[in-house]
Amino acid sequence: MRDVVQDAATTVSETPGRLLHVDPLRGTLTDTRIDSLPELLRPADLLVVNDAATLPASLQGSAEGEPIELRLAGEEPDGTWRAVVFGAGDWRTPTESRPPPPALSPGDVLRLGPGFRARVVSRSELSARLVRVRFETPPDRFWAALYLHGRPVQYAYEALPLALARVQTPYAARPWASEMPSAGRPLRLELLARVRERGVRLASLTHAAGLSSTGDAALDAALPLPERYEIPPATVAAVAETRRRGGRIVAVGTTVVRALEGATRSAGGDLRPGAGVTDLRIGRGFEPRVVNGLLSGIHGRDSSHFELLSAFLPGAFGLLYTLHVITGRYRGHEFGDSTLILG
Amino acid sequence: MELRGAAIIVTGASRGLGAALAEELGRAGARLVLVSRDGEALGSVVERIRAQGGEAHAVVADVSAPESASRIAGTSGALVGPADVVIHNAGTLGPVPLSPLADTSDADFEQALATNLLGPFRLTRALVGSMALRGRGTVVLVSSDAATTPYATWGAYGVSKAALEHLGRIWDTELSAAGVRFLTVDPGEMDTRMHREAVPEADPSTLLRPEEGAARVLSKLREAP
Repeated sequence: MRDVVQDAATTVSETPGRLLHVDPLRGTLTDTRIDSLPELLRPADLLVVNDAATLPASLQGSAEGEPIELRLAGEEPDGTWRAVVFGAGDWRTPTESRPPPPALSPGDVLRLGPGFRARVVSRSELSARLVRVRFETPPDRFWAALYLHGRPVQYAYEALPLALARVQTPYAARPWASEMPSAGRPLRLELLARVRERGVRLASLTHAAGLSSTGDAALDAALPLPERYEIPPATVAAVAETRRRGGRIVAVGTTVVRALEGATRSAGGDLRPGAGVTDLRIGRGFEPRVVNGLLSGIHGRDSSHFELLSAFLPGAFGLLYTLHVITGRYRGHEFGDSTLILG
Repeated sequence: MELRGAAIIVTGASRGLGAALAEELGRAGARLVLVSRDGEALGSVVERIRAQGGEAHAVVADVSAPESASRIAGTSGALVGPADVVIHNAGTLGPVPLSPLADTSDADFEQALATNLLGPFRLTRALVGSMALRGRGTVVLVSSDAATTPYATWGAYGVSKAALEHLGRIWDTELSAAGVRFLTVDPGEMDTRMHREAVPEADPSTLLRPEEGAARVLSKLREAP
């Protein structure tokens, strides 16, 4: 019997979400719908999306005879993976209530499916849950094995498990993201076509969005961990052209902000194409050098993303935004409503 | 279009037309992700392409299963990058000897639709967003004259291929402005295992070899902008 899951059809048939438009220049907060996005942009603007597909990053298995869940948090340049390990149980228990994994040491073997094993390379000093592992599967067979045994990271607030197709943005390409770069989830092709018809340009980059929670307060406070990105030459050219035309650069998701701003800072102030890793942390007081506006999810004050949102919300706007989100009953989480901060 | 360096997914690639397409694309320098339920036969095709200096990767999956689309798209994205072309070649006739519609079970009819129509729909849906964003991409639908000629006993297959062709026309209407094109190709009657099972009395000398069918498909692909 097939598992009961939420699949791609659930996304496709979903009612378009609400959009809270924050205009920091005019000092306005406007309730609208995501379908109004094209009208909120100007013909010279550029919308930059993260085309990372979501990995089947959650693997159930065992270590030292104890059940574990391994969540992949990102691939390292040397082919090893950063990962967070949970003890017994599954996604139905919120991460903060999950028991810790057995104590792991370098050399320990994690069994993640028939013939699919990883070996612990090192353990982080930040948290016993954060490890670096090397899969013992030949590279050519690694991806097939990961897609066979892995499932997308699940959320305790959902009633049914999510199928991999459900956690993809409409334009997902390379599987780099541990969890869905969810700001782009409402951007259906029909909506993007209307954005284009308006004269707005679209560009993409790939950014390895990491895990949203680890169940360990110290580790959660350190999120996001360093994440890799790749910015194509066409996107750098589109950013330059948009500036020349007096348009605005609108990032779809905080991962796009991290990639564009991180790349610019690491290159001494100029945005250059190519791959890199950024440990940039963005919060109140941060001055974006590339990005003029942000399309994101709804983030409450208790979320790490709110800190990043604050960089785009001057003065008391953070408080006004929070009050509006609460009184307007906006939906948070990966499948919730959207915010556009653009003036 | 230039096939050298192109990231191309071929379904049903373990034998017949799919294997011939894969080998020809491998020789042309494409970076291939090959899909089939039959891992052993698929592994042989991959090995032959690699032995000739080509790049090919195997994904063992049943295109009729709902979860296969994101598995194929994701594995392919990891191995060769965003897909430039997908060739929907996997197909099933249903049980042989073929039966008239009145004797066709729900399960057999549904399986033909799942493999020949729903599978290509889901995999296309998983790939076209990235193609549209990049402003380029080609989706090839391998069809048959059974899509337009009502051959007795070819009901489930014929209906699924007719629907597949119309699926391609509608996708094309919706996405051609975004730079994604849809090609429907009838490679002709070929001497394949599928054809032998369906028409055991056919004279093989009157049929195309799979390599000739593959050449027809690839010439259409090469002609595409």
